[in-house]
Amino acid sequence: MKFAAAGFAAAVVVLLGFLLDGYHQGLAVYVAIYFIAILGLDIVTGYTGQISIGHGGFMAIGGYTTAMLSHYEHWNLLLTLPASLAVTFLVGVLVGIPALRLSGVYLALVTFGFAVSIPQLPLKFSKLLGGSNGLHTAHSVTHLWLYVVSWSCAGVALLLAWLLLRGRTGRAFRAVRDSEVAAASSGVALPIYKTLAFGVSGALAGVAGSLLVLATNGFAQPSEFGVLLSLQILIGAAVAGLGSLWGVILGALFVGLLPSVSASFPVIGSAHGQDVVFGLAVIVIMLVLPNGVAGLLRRFEPSFKTAIKRDPNTS
Amino acid sequence: MVGFAERLGMKRKSAVGTGFSLPVIALIAAAAIFLVIGSLASNIFAQQTVAGLAQGAIFGSLALALVLIYRATEVINFAQGEMAMATTYIAYQLTLWGLSYWLAFFVTLPIAFVLGALVQVTLIRPVQSSIIAVVIVTVGLFILIDGVVTWIWGADLKFMKAPFGNTVYHAGGVAFSRQDIGVLAVSILSAVVLWLLFKFTKVGLGMRAAALRPAAASLVGVRVNWMLAVGWGLAATLGAVSGLMTEPTQFLQPTMMQAILLYAFAAAVLGGLESPAGAVVGGLALGVFLNLIGQYVGIATPELRLPIAFLVLLLVLLVKPTGLFGRKQVRRV
Repeated sequence: MKFAAAGFAAAVVVLLGFLLDGYHQGLAVYVAIYFIAILGLDIVTGYTGQISIGHGGFMAIGGYTTAMLSHYEHWNLLLTLPASLAVTFLVGVLVGIPALRLSGVYLALVTFGFAVSIPQLPLKFSKLLGGSNGLHTAHSVTHLWLYVVSWSCAGVALLLAWLLLRGRTGRAFRAVRDSEVAAASSGVALPIYKTLAFGVSGALAGVAGSLLVLATNGFAQPSEFGVLLSLQILIGAAVAGLGSLWGVILGALFVGLLPSVSASFPVIGSAHGQDVVFGLAVIVIMLVLPNGVAGLLRRFEPSFKTAIKRDPNTS
Repeated sequence: MVGFAERLGMKRKSAVGTGFSLPVIALIAAAAIFLVIGSLASNIFAQQTVAGLAQGAIFGSLALALVLIYRATEVINFAQGEMAMATTYIAYQLTLWGLSYWLAFFVTLPIAFVLGALVQVTLIRPVQSSIIAVVIVTVGLFILIDGVVTWIWGADLKFMKAPFGNTVYHAGGVAFSRQDIGVLAVSILSAVVLWLLFKFTKVGLGMRAAALRPAAASLVGVRVNWMLAVGWGLAATLGAVSGLMTEPTQFLQPTMMQAILLYAFAAAVLGGLESPAGAVVGGLALGVFLNLIGQYVGIATPELRLPIAFLVLLLVLLVKPTGLFGRKQVRRV
């Protein structure tokens, strides 16, 4: 069933690649970028229970990694993606270390501070990182290239996340989320799994950031990684319903498409009207569906409760 | 101030230890003596200290607003800064309609109170059982307010009349701007008024009861939900004060409070996140610290103010998670 759905989704993505014109391919690229970033956030927040409002910070680091490698070292853009994956994985692990001692609201505050602080660094080290004008990649890419690469990345990311979450690691993550004390007393090594979750999560966000830089004509600028980006990713994850891989695509569609959909209407179509619509939509969705869309679907899934009884680890 | 924290610093859950420990008092006293000696020794130091206190008072009043809401419901209102920004725009609009600055100031405060209470009743109350849902709603509110304000007033800088004039006092070679002193006075005064409200009025008693033991409070007739709405209203009012006091230095723009929100987070955490007195002291300390470090440490240029505040936040949480005035909490499994 799930494989059929995955195959169908992949077919739709490939088909759309042929059908869409440049503008809509560009939109689809943003959906893929949000998809990867929200997937990353979902691993650490939805599955491991560690609230992060700082994923824009990881995206900034990933984006600047790509821009620097291309600008200074003239790397092939495709090769910068694994590099930014590795860098942001390490940063994620580093962020995960203080997260070992923090939880809930405190962790939210720290990650928020991280997201606010990172875009200040290019302003401080403007010789190396280009200041507020940003850093430009040495090459630019076409819409089609970006479409193929970003959705391939999204597919690989989904596959990796699924493989990671279905087995022992995923069970450990969920155990940490449901009760840290219970998880620790069942032999789950909290430090390893929490930092691992942050590492994987940060790495995915980093790749999303690299793709974002490529999607904005190869410019890495502090303004594109502002607070709003972190908030949007968190919103995407919450709208989707935390802890659901399939919900992530809905969250990505919401965050990626709602602004441009509302832009096509009169009055609310102005840049600020889009923010109003976006903010309103988020609030209304949370009021109507506090557990996101996935929570709604879960309510109608009859096998869910029996699944809990059968195996307490796979809730 | 001790009575302040003792009255308000009571914890909802079983707590160990007291809010005010001797080392903390000694530390603050030492810091104060250091500042006084430094100010006597150097004019620049004195000027930076006063300016830092003025900025810190703004951080403190926004931090106080965050703490008010955190104590009552254990959530952080990420839209607190944006609400403050929006109410400052309302005051600006009132001055455009011909009100004097201070009349607009005092008309804005009740408006902010009503708006804050309305937000709690309409948006927060329906989801208050889930902390993550509340956080997301406040994040949505952040974006919504940003959009509405930019839509109505535009994103360009706006200016209000300087509330304290541009007079500069000279005392022994040190220049104090009247504005810094005014900002400091207004922010501290609003915190004191809040304290009086909590200590000496029935509403204040009810709010303390509702925050401390919601179930018991409702049994003796305190309308807990109303008290929460009043709490949000008061927080929004304090936020309005911090927004209006930010305006003379940052001017009006939709992003004016975003950096201050992070400083307020750091100040609140420095004070222990539970303690109103701690929020004010934390704000003042952070303001002075950022100014002095900017003056005397070469690498700490203005771009690094936010990252430095973030490091303060992180270090406090890692080294002393209860902050200066917080209390250790016993966690039950």
